[in-house]
Amino acid sequence: MNEFLQIFTLALLSTTVRISVPYILVALGATVSELGGVVNIGLEGLILIGAFCSVLGNYYTGNPWLGVLCAVAGGMFFAWIHAVVCIKFRANQIISGLAINIMAIGVTKFFLKYFFHSSSNSGRISGLPKWNIPFLSGTPVLGDITSSPLILLTILLVFAVFYAVYKTPFGLRLRAVGENPEAADTLGVNVYKMRYAGVLISGALAALGGVWLAYDQHQFTDGMSGGRGYIALTAMIFGKWNPALAALAALFFGFAEAIQIQLQTIGVDLPVQFIQMIPYVLTIVVLAGSLSKSTAPSADGVPYEKE
Amino acid sequence: MKPEEIFAIELSGVTKRFGTIYANKNAELKVKKGEIHALVGENGAGKSTLMKILYGMYRPDTGVIKVNGKAVTLKSPKDAIDLKIGMVHQHFMLVKTLTVAENVVLGEEPVKNGFALDYARAKEETARLIKKFNLILDPDALVSGLSVGEEQRLEILKILYRKADILILDEPTAVLTPQEIKHFFDIIRKLSSEGKTVVLITHKLKEVLAVSGSVTVMRQGATVARMETAGATESSLAQFMVGRPVVFQVAKAMRTKEELERSDTVLSIRDLKAMSPKGHMALNGLSLDIKKGEIFGIAGVEGNGQSELVEIITGLKQPVSGSMNVRGKGINFPCSSPRKMFDAGIAHIPEDRHKKGLILDYSVAENLILGRHREPAFSSPMKMNFPGVDAFAAKMAGDYSIYPPRTDLRAGGMSGGNQQKIVVARELSREPRLLVVSQPTRGVDVGAIEFIHKKIIETRDRGCAVLLISAELSEILSLSDRVGVIYRGQLAGIFGAGEIGEEQLGLLMMGGKQ
Repeated sequence: MNEFLQIFTLALLSTTVRISVPYILVALGATVSELGGVVNIGLEGLILIGAFCSVLGNYYTGNPWLGVLCAVAGGMFFAWIHAVVCIKFRANQIISGLAINIMAIGVTKFFLKYFFHSSSNSGRISGLPKWNIPFLSGTPVLGDITSSPLILLTILLVFAVFYAVYKTPFGLRLRAVGENPEAADTLGVNVYKMRYAGVLISGALAALGGVWLAYDQHQFTDGMSGGRGYIALTAMIFGKWNPALAALAALFFGFAEAIQIQLQTIGVDLPVQFIQMIPYVLTIVVLAGSLSKSTAPSADGVPYEKE
Repeated sequence: MKPEEIFAIELSGVTKRFGTIYANKNAELKVKKGEIHALVGENGAGKSTLMKILYGMYRPDTGVIKVNGKAVTLKSPKDAIDLKIGMVHQHFMLVKTLTVAENVVLGEEPVKNGFALDYARAKEETARLIKKFNLILDPDALVSGLSVGEEQRLEILKILYRKADILILDEPTAVLTPQEIKHFFDIIRKLSSEGKTVVLITHKLKEVLAVSGSVTVMRQGATVARMETAGATESSLAQFMVGRPVVFQVAKAMRTKEELERSDTVLSIRDLKAMSPKGHMALNGLSLDIKKGEIFGIAGVEGNGQSELVEIITGLKQPVSGSMNVRGKGINFPCSSPRKMFDAGIAHIPEDRHKKGLILDYSVAENLILGRHREPAFSSPMKMNFPGVDAFAAKMAGDYSIYPPRTDLRAGGMSGGNQQKIVVARELSREPRLLVVSQPTRGVDVGAIEFIHKKIIETRDRGCAVLLISAELSEILSLSDRVGVIYRGQLAGIFGAGEIGEEQLGLLMMGGKQ
């Protein structure tokens, strides 16, 4: 029993934060897109695109912040493809999302070979410079958090997205077009514009998730998104399409994974496969208890057709 | 040009085609500034299409739209709103997950600090308009919890917020009580006296005569008549609409008290209590008896327990307490089910045919046998008997004059009146012992109303007991042998035919005393 208690250390908290950051960013993106009425399962691919573009930008300019900009641009470009296919051409959103995911794998593989002459990983890059905040920088956990611009940005984005969704005209219109686009249309709200905005924002947020992964490992590795886009979608559902709750759900999934890693580190006398199951078992247990009450926006996944 | 000849709205030569079907064919509409103009016509006559063109939702294939004398091109409702045109749609256009105030301000939100939605001002402004026009709504209430009547008032509130000069109202009074309608007419008269122009789309010819200054009649997509209301009568308008003379009150012999006393009780309900989905007491000790061969009408403002009563009788809902007997057999709550009630001979014409009456993506034929698909005529244990289904459907299409008489078409593509006829045909052809009818003629045109009323009376005459729930008081009064008024989950009084008039009913519906 004692060894189980050993895992509740400060390191566990640090790991939780580190793992949760991409989940939170991508879950926020998923929520914004679906509140506007477009299902975006292409987030998995957009993470990959974001990660690759950030490495590319960082590697060739030597400026990690320009890498972040490249990632956001790349993520938004591929999200825009999804948006055009789903909103303008009213194609099936799941199929389009799948296509984005498959395309992202292929595109990143191709350019990895082209730019870095490797089929597995890019060259090394530096991460974002750490910030030194007086008094906090030496402290455990809090020091880690406040010294990382991306973590701070993530926290800021949770509040910003929540505020935008529930406290601004933009958010009201976004939720309206996801719930009843015809009603919004009759009030002069441009349904297509709002939906494009939702999808593009999700692309930017997913790309930031990718930036985190790449900068954390100081390189791009093939397929490094590793299913995080899908976990983020689960967090969105678990969070009932509320950005703040989705972020909390993402934090919870990060926590479950941190426990698993921590248990492996201290070497608990359990088959490793069982330990690796922990996050997923926890996920299922929690979701089973809460999913029934979670309902998607009414027009989520339904293309809007004028006339 | 004399000033009074400037029209607020002038549509001419408007043609709009959907596929091969003309929704509007050379339609015309002229409305003088500050006037209340009625636009009438049967379902499918193209009124709504014409108004959607005026509101920028559809773009006409040909035709000229002039607003205040200037030719305009409307690409979207935004353009119409900019021209101060507002529209209340027949099918409510509300975002259910948002609050009343949020729905009101959507698209024209008050802003503070440059980017934040000013919720305080949104609520204030909403509350002010609610008070001014006595619309009785809570700005903070979620729309998903509103009754149909409240939703209607919210729709009106929305265009008032937009300060529209030209108001298009598509069937605005369908769900209001006579008092509410009177009040509503006061509002639009006031609007008109302030120089606003009102276009009222309606089926109710009485309303046309009561409130409008002039009227345009449409039939099959074209404008067939335009006249001053002063020179029109109900029957002259109806004849333009349908193209033939129409009977308004279907003749029927009312059952006398003695007759009713002698006849068997088909449905007996005692002290029924039930919760609404929102968790308050929707039925609060309701009791009633319905006899064989009578139509029992229930009048009431929506949301006073009607839906719950219908759901319990048809097995869709279980009550909290109380008892119910159908033809002498007690219903075993909470183990009733729609199947058991169906087998007990209860037929149901639901208030919302789209949600509960039809599967819109199924064909007309398939919809005609829904619930009866198990019958040997339509299926064997392993497969459907489509020739049998088709033969039955063809007969129904003939008997109930479903138009077009193509039972292979998708039900969702039929007009409202014909969709309702499908439901009516399916339920009445079963020869039920008890027929539960909710709002049988909502959104249905004059010709079809006459037809549906006739069929309900025929069913009664064959010995079926009928429970009729309608917001349309004239419908309740002209069809029912007895009338009950439902208020807050109880019957506030039961009257024989001819013992009560619309005014009194209306008062009781609002909780007034006899």
